[in-house]
Amino acid sequence: MVENRRYLDLATHIVLLLGIAIVALPIWITFVAATHDAVRMTQVPLPLLPGSHFLDNLKETLFGSGLSGTETAPVWRMLLNSLVMALSIAIGKIAISIISAFAIVYFRFPFRMGFFWMIFITLMLPVEVRIVPTFEVVSQLGLLNSYAGLSIPLIASATATFMFRQVFLTIPDEMLESARVDGAGPMRFFFDILLPLSRTNIAALFVILFIYGWNQYLWPLLITTDNSMTTIVISIKQMLEAAEQSPQWNVIMMTALLGMLPPVVVVVTMQKLFVKGLTETDK
Amino acid sequence: MLKRVHFPASPLPYLLVAPQVIITLVFFIWPASQALWQSMLVQDPFGLSTEFVWFENFVALWHDPLYLSSFTRTAFFSLAVAFLSMSFALILAGFAERVVRGATTYRTLLIWPYAVAPVLAGALWVFMFNPTLGILAYGLDMLGYEWNHKVNGGQAMALVIMAAAWKQVAYNFLFYLAAMQAIPRSVIEAAAIDGAGPIRRFWTIVFPLISPTTFFLLVMNVVYAFFDTFGIIHAVTQGGPANATTILVYKVFNDGFVGLDLGSSAAQSVILMILVIAMTVLQFRHVESKVEY
Amino acid sequence: MANITLRNLTKSYGPTEVLHHVEGTFHDGELIVVVGPSGCGKSTLLRMVAGLETVTSGEIAIDGKVINTREPAERDIAMVFQNYALYPHMSVRQNMAYGLKIRGLPKAEIARKVRDAAEILEIGDYLDRKPRQLSGGQRQRVAMGRAIVRDPQVFLFDEPLSNLDAKLRVQMRLEIRKLQRRLGVTSIYVTHDQVEAMTLGDRLMVLNAGHVEQFGTPIELYERPATAFVAGFIGSPAMNFIETEAADGKLRVGVASVSIESAHRGPATLGIRPEHLVAEDDGPFRVRVQMLEQLGANTLVHGVLDGTDAAFVASLPGVRAASEGDVIAFAPKPGALHLFDRASGKRIDGSLSRCDRAPAGD
Repeated sequence: MVENRRYLDLATHIVLLLGIAIVALPIWITFVAATHDAVRMTQVPLPLLPGSHFLDNLKETLFGSGLSGTETAPVWRMLLNSLVMALSIAIGKIAISIISAFAIVYFRFPFRMGFFWMIFITLMLPVEVRIVPTFEVVSQLGLLNSYAGLSIPLIASATATFMFRQVFLTIPDEMLESARVDGAGPMRFFFDILLPLSRTNIAALFVILFIYGWNQYLWPLLITTDNSMTTIVISIKQMLEAAEQSPQWNVIMMTALLGMLPPVVVVVTMQKLFVKGLTETDK
Repeated sequence: MLKRVHFPASPLPYLLVAPQVIITLVFFIWPASQALWQSMLVQDPFGLSTEFVWFENFVALWHDPLYLSSFTRTAFFSLAVAFLSMSFALILAGFAERVVRGATTYRTLLIWPYAVAPVLAGALWVFMFNPTLGILAYGLDMLGYEWNHKVNGGQAMALVIMAAAWKQVAYNFLFYLAAMQAIPRSVIEAAAIDGAGPIRRFWTIVFPLISPTTFFLLVMNVVYAFFDTFGIIHAVTQGGPANATTILVYKVFNDGFVGLDLGSSAAQSVILMILVIAMTVLQFRHVESKVEY
Repeated sequence: MANITLRNLTKSYGPTEVLHHVEGTFHDGELIVVVGPSGCGKSTLLRMVAGLETVTSGEIAIDGKVINTREPAERDIAMVFQNYALYPHMSVRQNMAYGLKIRGLPKAEIARKVRDAAEILEIGDYLDRKPRQLSGGQRQRVAMGRAIVRDPQVFLFDEPLSNLDAKLRVQMRLEIRKLQRRLGVTSIYVTHDQVEAMTLGDRLMVLNAGHVEQFGTPIELYERPATAFVAGFIGSPAMNFIETEAADGKLRVGVASVSIESAHRGPATLGIRPEHLVAEDDGPFRVRVQMLEQLGANTLVHGVLDGTDAAFVASLPGVRAASEGDVIAFAPKPGALHLFDRASGKRIDGSLSRCDRAPAGD
């Protein structure tokens, strides 16, 4: 920046590369493990360089019957469950939050502030804090082991609503005034003007929420007892348990890779939106 | 709060807020009040009758050595995770800020762990530290240090701290980098002209100016360590060995779903609720104080 | 004591050269103003002297010692930035003491120096305030205080008054001038405002697209501009330029012509300042009036040179009246004509004192 000392520039790159190496180390080891056969993965020391069994392991993991000694569903099914859950949560959250924010910001109606504070309270109640009673409610509603049960309880948190509220507050009043002069009612204003203006925010939020939804652990763990409904993220736990008896690390690590691939791809390809989403929802 | 130009009252806004409000009531408010209610009940051993006991459950927790040790353990755990991941992120951000070309590449390569689920992070680290096969355990063994986190409580704690901190570095890095880039270049140049070398500049100028971010990240990291790390504990150590890694959120789950002591679990939930509310309020209050240039 | 010498200074960013062979010697105690339009390289030049930009080739020397490779901290300079660059989290006192603390001065001496500087700049009342509690002008003074307290060999100013409102700017200009005279420290001051340049500088260096157009005293630049660029840049309202041809000792000026004694033949640009024109019935500059600007002390006559569509401005003392479409004839004051080569822009010397109006229809 200011100094022209060469050694400082060199040190900078070295430190950063070292940091990247440390951050990437676990992934590298995992990837290597996913490319060897089961036998090699029981011999100490474990390999540091990739093997040639990537595709074999991939096939076995995705379509096979899971680990021997467990009754896990095939991994492709779990990937599907994760996808449905993540998409439902992301889309659901965005949908109900944006219309709530719209109502609270643009309408004057009795109990407006009451609803606002009610939504605000949810900020302070992560699912881990109300697990037992929420479980009871879901089971009473007969939503156990269903996609609905997986996603709906996680949809109504306040962060998205607050973000949209922030965005709407900065949209100039003149927009609404000219829309009214043009004869637009509230819903038309919402769809024709507000929604397009919020496009990038919606996209940024989608990235964050998709990752949040995909990586859910505690909640799916509790409400899915049926193996065909497990998500890939919680299947890891079962595999780790099985690893005690008969370690099949190549399959386990391949599963782990598959479990982290979609969110990582989303983050890397939509980096700008991701950063925007993070910095705007955590205020 | 309300736009100056707005629509008048009608059934429409109620329809619009309805989905969120209904879900909030059914899945948040109602269960939370249930938890409050249950925290003041005790079930008899056969599960047949329940008795309203006011705050007895809370008092019992206060006297329960397991609960108290879990409390201090969680505090230690969250501070360790926060300190480790924030320091690492600070150093990386400090250096990354200097880079002009390739900055985006470095950023991409450092932020992706955020997308990894905590439980998967735990799986990766437990694989590397597996007592028989793990590559890092093997390395330690060669150096003469025996690693078995299934037996050694301290090592188990170290393992989960590493897994949890590793994942958070990305998040902290992003915020620190943004904060550093927001400092006007001329202020740094003025310090250089005043005679400050890079290290002095960092500690006397940059670090104080990013202190709002440090505070914000501290709270976020502690909240993360308190709640989002459930997956790591559950998958890697199951709270063991011998409760060495039983943090508060895991205890709530364990006592409630496994031990079926609903009263105590509910009481613990209520205490956690109070903690979260306190931390959220703290965060909101301090977001007000910003540094102006 | 500090002379600054710039020898053959060049700066490139990759393949693009932005400063070309800049030369100059600044004497001890001088206030040198580097002035030019946006993008001319003046800030780059200043930052090279400060050590915030590298030198591609050439030398910068202070008191004979080449300092190209020295870090900013080692050059014994102080800089005042355009946006003040005060440390936001420190009080005024701490801002001023920062550099001294780093150099390890004893506390008592630091306190004394800060107090003295605060007195000179009249900021003693704000010593314990933070920058965000001060107005723009106050912050500017703190920035200067931070520079003074260091007692450096050289002061560098990077457009310090650009962020202030017009009235404050005029006031601060004089204060900076008085301060610099009082302290006697060699100073380099960068600005794009030619009025600021003229009032502040002992000598001016005019830069244009990385080249030094002229380096001299304000009056030199005003009376004998070395290039058409300098002629048009210095002085407000700007000099009138008339494209013309020199032939047989005569220059065509609209429907009239001017006699010259110069060896030059071919295309040339004639320059005459608006304030050097007198209304005279048979003057060679015939102006068709378009608009008048009444400034009270003088009147600006805007129009076009008769027979052409070249814009022309004349400044007449006091309040004058004229209507649109009127034709007023002006004559230049003695010695006020400038001639520039059309291609290079450089000044052509020669006596242009005689000025006859040839009969119309020539």
